[in-house]
Amino acid sequence: MRWWTGIAIAMLLLLAGCTANTEQKQGGEVQKEITINGAGASFPYPLIAKWSSEYGKLKGVKINYQSIGSGGGIRQTMAKTVDFGASDAPLKEEERSKMPGILHIPETLGAVVVVYNLPGVEEKLRLSGEVIADIYLGRITRWNDPRIAELNPGVELPDEEIVVVHRSDGSGTTFVFSDYLSAVSEDWEKEVGRGKSLSWPLGLGGKGNEGVSGLVKQNPYSIGYVELAYAVQNRLSYALIKNRAGRFVEPSIESVSAAAAGAASSLPRGDESWEGVSIVNAPGEDAYPISSFSYLLVYRELSVIPGMTEAKAKALVDFLWWAVHDGQKYAPELHYAPLPEEVVRLNEETIKLITYQGKPLL
Amino acid sequence: MKLRFPPPFLSSRGVRLTGDLVFQAVLAGVAVLSVIGLAVLLLRELVYGSLPAISEFGLGFLTSTEWNPVRGEFGALPFIYGTVVSSLLALAIGVPLSLGIAVYLAEMASPRVRAVLSPVIELLAAIPSVIIGLWGIFVLAPFVREHLAEPLMSYLGFLPLFEGPAYGYSVLTASLVLAIMIIPIISSISREAILAVPRLQLEGALALGATRFEAITGVVLPYARGAIFGAVMLGLGRAIGETMAVTMVIGNSPQLFTSLLHPGYTMAAVIANEFTEATGELYLAALIEIGLVLFAISMVVNVLARAITWRYMRVQGGA
Repeated sequence: MRWWTGIAIAMLLLLAGCTANTEQKQGGEVQKEITINGAGASFPYPLIAKWSSEYGKLKGVKINYQSIGSGGGIRQTMAKTVDFGASDAPLKEEERSKMPGILHIPETLGAVVVVYNLPGVEEKLRLSGEVIADIYLGRITRWNDPRIAELNPGVELPDEEIVVVHRSDGSGTTFVFSDYLSAVSEDWEKEVGRGKSLSWPLGLGGKGNEGVSGLVKQNPYSIGYVELAYAVQNRLSYALIKNRAGRFVEPSIESVSAAAAGAASSLPRGDESWEGVSIVNAPGEDAYPISSFSYLLVYRELSVIPGMTEAKAKALVDFLWWAVHDGQKYAPELHYAPLPEEVVRLNEETIKLITYQGKPLL
Repeated sequence: MKLRFPPPFLSSRGVRLTGDLVFQAVLAGVAVLSVIGLAVLLLRELVYGSLPAISEFGLGFLTSTEWNPVRGEFGALPFIYGTVVSSLLALAIGVPLSLGIAVYLAEMASPRVRAVLSPVIELLAAIPSVIIGLWGIFVLAPFVREHLAEPLMSYLGFLPLFEGPAYGYSVLTASLVLAIMIIPIISSISREAILAVPRLQLEGALALGATRFEAITGVVLPYARGAIFGAVMLGLGRAIGETMAVTMVIGNSPQLFTSLLHPGYTMAAVIANEFTEATGELYLAALIEIGLVLFAISMVVNVLARAITWRYMRVQGGA
């Protein structure tokens, strides 16, 4: 026997030993440990990952969440290959009709901030939705435009062309931003509309929050938009936005929660259609206007998912209950806004609807 | 000369022969199943996935410039155009440099220089494209904006090709990044091709009084042109399919640009950007159809490369 044959056989044996070992382990753990699979939006991923590790320590239930994007999350939920999905935008009626009995559970809040690069301007810029829409439509092209100056008395604005930056990849951030602009500007709604990817009238496209902030940092006199958490962590300068009450509000965890609270009374029930639900431009003195929910998508009757057992269904419902209550305390440290009381109540009603083979689980 | 399989001297030993036959059958099965089977399955999946878009837009998909996911209008022309222009520009920048490198390493460099330089250039090919993209964002794009675009605009600005304003994220930047990525492939294959040219050809030319330059451009390069052309086509294939590095620097704006300093978009980039968040049957189908077009273009490029390489090789074989 050649020496390498010996090595090859030894490796094979080793490999066989390893697989046999893991099989045994898995075989043993399947009995004890329940794994819940979820997939969807990347926006809430850091929070859900935190929940996964905290809840795993608490209850020994493994939450396995893949951040494959909202589109992928909706497709996987539709195909019933995951136990829950997550999406940054509520389901359209067309999608919802293909998933009978799907429930919306808003699990956290996000916000989009307008960032800019204005050398020589120290003061925080103040902007309104109409002005932002017209900048992105190409109607306001210079920083010293009277309509910007009007909102920023006493600020010396440079006589420079505005470099417009947007996201190039499909994203919930773009959805919220365009949803807001559609809410405040008729022209925007008519010409561009709302969506995760848009047909932009002008500007440069950067991939991801990091792509947009990179473009803004490198190009003087530029404007862009990123997630709140990203802007805070990277200390970008962002604008105060005029809300529905006419006040200029700084984006913060508190002002985003205030927006959700302001919109809570008009929300549908969890089993109703959420198409068009939005908390942008919400009423309330302190509400930050470019805010949104992120949603978990769960079937009302869990036995429709192949491989679902009653124990697993119970574990999923317990996790959801924990996530909208105790789980919320992990939100602020990750720069997510916790759900306001009214929305937690609404979610309680929704989670109580979930059944396994017709049997309620709570 | 063709070898018969199995070689006759093995036929008398029956045991060996059966083993070899099994071995041959297994390898043939693997080759057919994995390569051809995969390609067919891939093509089937792409066609099947893009059917809704094909039946909705027909051939208009290839000529429409409208890409509006909100309204459900999809046309692939800006992406096809961006892919073709950025790849050809990358070739225009990368091929002369690659040939220079190849000729230098094969014919002029001292063995010690060659031993150091060759692996370093091939190492360039091993850099992950996302790293090259990051370098593009932080180094190349600012460089293009601050140092390259300015002289181009002031001296050649009268051409629509170099119209401002320049943000750094542009077709030109993407092509420079692509050129860097294809140089290792083209130069190393070309170097091998040049080294394979029989020494007698070069020495004959030199003996006839040709200068080194004449001998290389008149004798060596023409002799190796088949393989060099194949190398260029391989580079083009890589440039057409490159996704991450391009999308990071091209500006991602679906328009039929005329200025190379303006942003553009490519087929691979739009798939990478929009696929994960695409919802709705038509939107997905449109993205998959772009994949199908990309697949078709890559196939055509590769088949062309093969055909031309074979033709040149046969000409050489006969000569």
